[in-house]
Amino acid sequence: MLRRPHARHWYWLLLLPYAALLWPPLYARHDPTIAGIPFFYWYQFVWIALSGLMTGCVAWLMRNPEER
Amino acid sequence: MHPNAATLAVFLALFGLVSVLGFAGERWRRGDLSLLHEWALAGRRFGTFVSWFLIGGDLYTAYTFIAVPALVYGQGPLGFFALPYTALVYPLVFVFGPRLWTVARRRGYITYADFIRERYDSRSLELAVAATGILATMPYIALQLVGMQVVIASLGFPTTGPLRDLPIVVAFAILAAYTYRGGLRAPALVAIVKDVLIYATVIAATIVIPAHLGGWGRVFAAAGQALAKRPHPIGLVLAPGDFTAYATLALGSALALFMYPHSLTGLLGASGTGVIRRNMVLLPAYSLLLALIAAFGYLALAAGLSPANPNAVVPQLLATEFTPWFTGVGFAAIVIGALVPAAIMSIAAANLWTRTIYREYLRPGCTPAQECAQAKLASLVVKLGALLFVIGLPTEYAINFQLFAGGWILQTLPAIVGGLYTRWFHRRALFAGWLVGMAAATYMPAVTGFRAVYPLHIGVHVVPGFAALYAFVLNLAVAAALTPVCDRTGARRGTDRTTPADYEEEPAGAAPVPAASGAGA
Repeated sequence: MLRRPHARHWYWLLLLPYAALLWPPLYARHDPTIAGIPFFYWYQFVWIALSGLMTGCVAWLMRNPEER
Repeated sequence: MHPNAATLAVFLALFGLVSVLGFAGERWRRGDLSLLHEWALAGRRFGTFVSWFLIGGDLYTAYTFIAVPALVYGQGPLGFFALPYTALVYPLVFVFGPRLWTVARRRGYITYADFIRERYDSRSLELAVAATGILATMPYIALQLVGMQVVIASLGFPTTGPLRDLPIVVAFAILAAYTYRGGLRAPALVAIVKDVLIYATVIAATIVIPAHLGGWGRVFAAAGQALAKRPHPIGLVLAPGDFTAYATLALGSALALFMYPHSLTGLLGASGTGVIRRNMVLLPAYSLLLALIAAFGYLALAAGLSPANPNAVVPQLLATEFTPWFTGVGFAAIVIGALVPAAIMSIAAANLWTRTIYREYLRPGCTPAQECAQAKLASLVVKLGALLFVIGLPTEYAINFQLFAGGWILQTLPAIVGGLYTRWFHRRALFAGWLVGMAAATYMPAVTGFRAVYPLHIGVHVVPGFAALYAFVLNLAVAAALTPVCDRTGARRGTDRTTPADYEEEPAGAAPVPAASGAGA
């Protein structure tokens, strides 16, 4: 499948999970908890799903014009 | 641990089932199994669904299921770096994976070394990449055996005496036989069973075990108390002193994962770039699973388990918390979870041997059938080597060797991923960078007593970080600095046998370009 060349700028969106996860001071905290689970754990768990979702969005944004 | 008849019966039944499936693999999606790309890559024919099982089954190994919870049990929050690691790897491969698949399909590549040979026209760089791949894969296969051993010991088989290694030898012999016959088709078929069993076990454990222990909130609180009572107390939240180690472990591991030969094999089995893109969207489902498995370390702490060997945390947890027959399912999940990656790893190492050493040096001009026969044979030798490694040497050797290997494999990234996008790097500069990176990745764990995290001194500051990533930065710096030097001294760059068109995806709906039967064909 040939992607539109200018669609490549959507790749920059994929840096978001990196920014969210590679700076531990951002999430190394206990509160707020969800069902007693500290923030440190559920934040990263949620970001696994978000990272997949984000990749899905980029795939969708970059799809072929003729696939629309 | 006391043997249990129900556990053993369920385990053996499931093991029998996957053995039958493994042998059925050669008849699945039939192809000419005397050709390397049919045997090793199943003819590059797997769609989204099968690829998802195959790549997931390939990347999340039995050792992961054993070692990650053991690390969490031992070190608390630091062990959770597996979460950002497996969250960040897929966006990365989403970017370069389709390009890699395209050029590999167009030029008939089966290994990274094939690509390096054509792109840089450098025998030494090709050999470096192939040797690093084989060297990194061998202990990884050995670790699958370590994972199996832990479970087999928990099943009640003798752990001492002359029969000690019999179960693992039998299991590996069956694996070797069906991989020899069916190639990648065998583990792909087994991967579907593996994943169903793993998902069933993990989801059941995630619901049932915390319910016994009073809910996840209680589990985390109890784990926090247990960690605080250690001789070196550990907090429930990552300590500031561990921030750089955590982030570099996550990033370095994410960068390294798809440099392993077996990861490439799983990727190249896909039938198209769309399959790869869709898989990079869907594979984080396994990462969620891995996150839950990591939390098993806390379940074990909350349940008050104290295994002599931390690697036995998960088997012990399953055996104490599940009814015997379901423990059998869980144990089978781990052992089958070892067979799938072990099979793919042996195929990948065999490909490297065959394509780079056998075809280039030992038997130039061999026929495609001879090439494939050699790879099949090599897959047996690789498995035998890993088996001898585990039986003959203390387990610690395999674990430590794997630690080095993780650092080594990352050193092939500049040539491989760099080469996908640019020929700016000089082949000699890349080789020098690789050499320096390998030396650094060996030196750092060696002087810290086999630790992945190295305390780097920058002026008065000490920055603990993943040794592999530090070595990688050094590697990249050397390659970048020496490239202009090599050019200025007039060192030849060699002929690039790929063309820009080889990297471009086919327009949607166009007939696929027939794959070359071999590199350079």
